[in-house]
Amino acid sequence: MSAETQHPFTTVIGLEVHVQLQTKTKLFCGCITTFGSPPNTQVCPTCLGLPGSLPVMNRRAFDLSLRAALALNCKIALFTKWDRKNYFYPDLPKGYQISQFDLPFSYEGHLEVCDPKGAFEPRTVRITRVHLEEDAGKSMHDETAGTADSRIDLNRTGTPLCEIVTEPDLRSAEEARAWLNELKLLLVYLGVSDCNMQEGSLRVDANVNLHIPQEDGRLAKTPIVEIKNMNSFRSVERALVYETERQWGEWQATKAEIGSMPKQTRGWDDSAGVTRGQRHKEESSDYRYFPEPDLVPVTVTEEQVTTIRSSMGEPPAVLRKTLADRWKIPANDAGVLVNQGPELVRYFEDLATRVGEGKVASNWMQQDVLRTLNERGGNITDFPVRPEAVADIIARVQKGDFDTSRGREIFASVVEKGASVAEVVAGMGIAAVDDSDLRALCEELIAENPKIVADVKGGKEQAAGGLIGQAKRKNPNVNPGKVRALAIELIRALP
Amino acid sequence: MTLTNRSAAELASALQKGETSAVECATAFLDRIEATNSTVNAFLTVDRDGALATAEAVDASRASGKPLGPLAGLPVAVKDVLCTTDQPTTCASKMLKGYQPPYDADVVQRLRAAGTVILGKTNMDEFAMGGSNENSAYGLVRNPWDLERAPGGSSGGSAAAVAADMAPLAIGSDTGGSIRQPAGLCGITGLKPTYGRVSRRGLVAFSSSLDQIGPMARSAKECAMLLQAIAGHDPGDSTSLNIPVPDYSADLEKPLQGLRIGRVAAHFSEGLDPEVAEHVETTFATYEAAGATIHDVELPHATYGVPTYYLIAPSEASSNLARYDGAHYGHRWDGTPSDEKGITDFDSPLVEMYCRSRAEGFGPEVKRRIMLGTYSLSSGYYDAYYAKALRVRRLIRQDFNKAFENVDVIGGPVSATPAFKLGEKTDDPVAMYLVDLYTVGTNLAGIGGISFPCGFTKGSLPVGFQLQGPALSEPLLLQATHQYQQATDWHLKRTAALSS
Repeated sequence: MSAETQHPFTTVIGLEVHVQLQTKTKLFCGCITTFGSPPNTQVCPTCLGLPGSLPVMNRRAFDLSLRAALALNCKIALFTKWDRKNYFYPDLPKGYQISQFDLPFSYEGHLEVCDPKGAFEPRTVRITRVHLEEDAGKSMHDETAGTADSRIDLNRTGTPLCEIVTEPDLRSAEEARAWLNELKLLLVYLGVSDCNMQEGSLRVDANVNLHIPQEDGRLAKTPIVEIKNMNSFRSVERALVYETERQWGEWQATKAEIGSMPKQTRGWDDSAGVTRGQRHKEESSDYRYFPEPDLVPVTVTEEQVTTIRSSMGEPPAVLRKTLADRWKIPANDAGVLVNQGPELVRYFEDLATRVGEGKVASNWMQQDVLRTLNERGGNITDFPVRPEAVADIIARVQKGDFDTSRGREIFASVVEKGASVAEVVAGMGIAAVDDSDLRALCEELIAENPKIVADVKGGKEQAAGGLIGQAKRKNPNVNPGKVRALAIELIRALP
Repeated sequence: MTLTNRSAAELASALQKGETSAVECATAFLDRIEATNSTVNAFLTVDRDGALATAEAVDASRASGKPLGPLAGLPVAVKDVLCTTDQPTTCASKMLKGYQPPYDADVVQRLRAAGTVILGKTNMDEFAMGGSNENSAYGLVRNPWDLERAPGGSSGGSAAAVAADMAPLAIGSDTGGSIRQPAGLCGITGLKPTYGRVSRRGLVAFSSSLDQIGPMARSAKECAMLLQAIAGHDPGDSTSLNIPVPDYSADLEKPLQGLRIGRVAAHFSEGLDPEVAEHVETTFATYEAAGATIHDVELPHATYGVPTYYLIAPSEASSNLARYDGAHYGHRWDGTPSDEKGITDFDSPLVEMYCRSRAEGFGPEVKRRIMLGTYSLSSGYYDAYYAKALRVRRLIRQDFNKAFENVDVIGGPVSATPAFKLGEKTDDPVAMYLVDLYTVGTNLAGIGGISFPCGFTKGSLPVGFQLQGPALSEPLLLQATHQYQQATDWHLKRTAALSS
């Protein structure tokens, strides 16, 4: 899909990401932020912007955003302030948004992304700034002809929102998507945000244009287009691919360069798979930013930064390495586990601790847990087979109750029936074969297989393998290893 | 002597001794309001039932021996810019006609907790913008000393209510002089506390960095009582000071021996009414006689006070008043096609609703300030206007800090003239803005200021004197005023204009 291999230009992409912080309450009032409550039930005079109401900063939100900024390797401003961004819209009840203009609380960071499959070179994306602001409410427009009707839900108004702005350092749609995945993973690990795009807790706008080398050595740049309305990382990727092609076509037709027109905003139409021009409201907007007089500036001490830094835990990039080292598993295994998020890593480590062997646990994770999880959908925290059950199956395999393939059948059955391992084992008639039964079975086999007996007696112990298949046919519950060992022992004891 | 002729301090004492009841007291003032409000128009809302119910509750508490605060049972008038759950809060604007807030302002909560009896909500300049109380959507207020004259503004209703014996105590708000100037023109005492001393939560914002609520009464002693009830830290106002509140009455009786009062020569230049100048000079002499010393001080940037104020206040106001858009509450255009001249080409039905709602809901002075502020915050103008005003504001603050290295307080006129005729300045906004000449510096510097009567003109109009002090100097300002009021009786003079 990488357009640059087909066309003589470089795609230049910068992202603007808005992330809702995972706080219990809003940024400037005590209202709760739970998603999905009935409209206008999580509001108070402050977030409704009623006359005389005043904001008070939620320090928890500020600390959470500090975590994000530190994890993004940003510099932290020790003095930061709030500004008002003034514009009229019905979902903005005060007529201004409290945001940060010229002194964001953090700036100049970076986040690296690499593709384990090597589809692109590791890319360091510079972060221009990260600032904190309050979210607006939600407008719901009913555009049915004749009954034009808009409704406003202010539950979301005042929810803390972190705005992360990157430098134009991404070079393809694929990279942009991979970087967003890495950013999301990081923020989820930090507990900063749940990054749920469906619920609007993560929103992405992309700025894109093309740099086209000219024959005279000059670099022509197409006008920058801002793409909005992308509801998934897949949409971001598709929109960027589409827009790259569109701009290339436009360039060939018009040779229009940056600066020849005001910055354009285009909305992504996911079902049609196209971007469409939006009205040029940006060109005339003047937000009349000025310092928010209802709030005092925020100071951050070195100690606060240190405290937050020390409580952050490992970011995914580091965790991939430490997980591989700690459990002696291949880097690729660790990468797969970490990319599934912190809950899955916790699940794995629980399992690995119980099993005592990282690689065995990882194999079960990759082959059984993850595959089943992907098939079923949903979250690992709701997965019906808990680590103790998986560890139970593995232990029985290791003990020799049954072999791995039987173990995997049992795992699938535990998932399907929602029963315990013991119940499934009992239900399948898998009972450990009693030693005297095993002895009787082996004696029977020895009597029936003089050739194998002779081979083994002659020193070819591997010939005993021939007995195992027969033993399993007689009793599916026998342990192959035990059959083998006992048969050899009995044969050797023969006169 | 009827109850309404008595000061809040006398009433408090009578209430405590059981010589009168809160109900009797409230009834007397409510009757006085009923008799005079049609003339003065100081009140926009009178809450007879609510006031009497509160008064009954106070009387019952007192009868049952419950400990009550010093203000329990005292009637108070509240400027209609403070949110009250039981009465409309209109800011004297058509925009908020009938608007009833779902919460009480911090100050109102404190007044209720102190057992005061809220009589009603007082008239004001719309959204506290004005210096004459002629900018009210519900009619102008008349000065009780001369009904053809303005009471000053924007807390003109509160000042007139106290001057006309319609309330012994009143709450005002002061953004550029809106407590002190009407107090001066109405012959009462009014204090603008240090920024942050009184919570602004529930004060409908005009200019957030300048607004401050304060007490208005006949004397400093009563202002001290009222300030005691309303001052204090409020975690709900980030700009509220988390500093203990002193006992404002503790130092009132201390003599002024050694008090250093600054005198700014520039206050006495062109434009100051000679009669006002004379009374102000006499006041300095009175202070000297009481043991104070007078020192020349300079406030070199004071001349930029009014222009600085008229950039910062409207800038903040243009943003603070953006919420009145017709979408959520307040006045909304009813969709009737308008044949008014002006813009007819709206971007969308929504924009038309915004524009027409605001055009109908706001009065001309509010619109003027919104436009001034919008302009000064606009890109390309911000640095030349708003940003520069912030820099000058710092210089003005430094002037005061420097002056207070050598003096304890600064004295001078509160306004250049006594009460002016109604309509005299309404066609000249700049002349109206200049009435704030002596008062805006206090707000720009965030310090305290008090205004009190210091004489009467030959035409029997009160003249006000202002003392400004450093941050948190309220005890000193109240003491200095009280000591003056012990030596003089200007604050005891009552108007005869309404006696009949």
